[in-house]
Amino acid sequence: MKVDRNISEAVCDAPNSQETGEKGMALVKYLILGILFGIVFVKAEIISWFRIQEMFRLDSFHMYGVIGSAIVTGIISIQLIKRLKIKSIAGEEIIIPKKEFRKGQIYGGFVFGLGWAITGACPGPLFAQIGSGFTVVIVTLLSAIAGTWVYGKFSDKLPN
Amino acid sequence: MNQFIDWLSQPWPWYVAGPMIGLTVPALLILGNKSFGISSSLRHVCAMCIPAKIPFFQYNWRKEMWNLVFVFGVLVGGFIATFFMSNPDEIVIAAQTQADLAALGITDFSGLMPSDIFSWENIFTAKGLVFFVLGGFLVGFGTRYAGGCTSGHAIMGISSLQWPSMVATIFFMVGGFLMTQVFLAPLMKLVGF
Repeated sequence: MKVDRNISEAVCDAPNSQETGEKGMALVKYLILGILFGIVFVKAEIISWFRIQEMFRLDSFHMYGVIGSAIVTGIISIQLIKRLKIKSIAGEEIIIPKKEFRKGQIYGGFVFGLGWAITGACPGPLFAQIGSGFTVVIVTLLSAIAGTWVYGKFSDKLPN
Repeated sequence: MNQFIDWLSQPWPWYVAGPMIGLTVPALLILGNKSFGISSSLRHVCAMCIPAKIPFFQYNWRKEMWNLVFVFGVLVGGFIATFFMSNPDEIVIAAQTQADLAALGITDFSGLMPSDIFSWENIFTAKGLVFFVLGGFLVGFGTRYAGGCTSGHAIMGISSLQWPSMVATIFFMVGGFLMTQVFLAPLMKLVGF
């Protein structure tokens, strides 16, 4: 069997390690989780262009507090899952794929940072901004999809 | 009860929002053995709609439908929070940021997003080209090149103590600081602010 490097790359960002397939109603739990997430994004004003400007101007602790406490909560949760050997509800062992270092994390990370400060949004808040009635952000989202596509098209020609 | 409703409509502080976002990490792992990440949804859209025989988009995107359902939920959540739980007061912006942005030509500080930039009127203008088209492109291209965004690297990656995600996060911040502190002012001048 051919080893497709793109398949392994697919586990780079938000991989699905579950072996049991999920369709239809099984996906509703992700919808609910997404809704809760979107509500937090708006209620804590994380989707605000102004909050991102404050962050990059070091004028407010808010975004640093949000990201920092999210990371601390994440670290504690993952340590608990590992130490208590908690399984997923499907009874599978929980897998967190390893992220390999690539130069893209430097170049791509830098490029994303430039865009983050212009749009005031990382990909998650883009969706929440649209839901909040800033419908013109649909254009930003389409352009982000185009950017992803262009990366995919030239990925083997870029330093990585 | 009224107090609870009042609390819901106030802006939530970082120490409420941050842990709730952090809990998404174990929630996704336990519910479905899935790693948290959002920018991957953009790739799935490409794979689903415009794969164009590009190897990078040849994979089983059907297995990743959960990710698209999740981001659709984020959109719906944004709608619910804005139209049913919204803060009746104007957003409170740090005085220094407000002064700096006013100097750059921003006049509307009432909502979450300045209408000087984020309105349909700007769509076919230089402002729209920079803030929607260029900005969006950099976000989509950069996150995919980096293999993740704030959720996949800064939150999920660092939470699982993976140093490549720390590197990515540092460069997200470097890019953001450079754009805000150096390029934003001339860029805004250029597009007519």
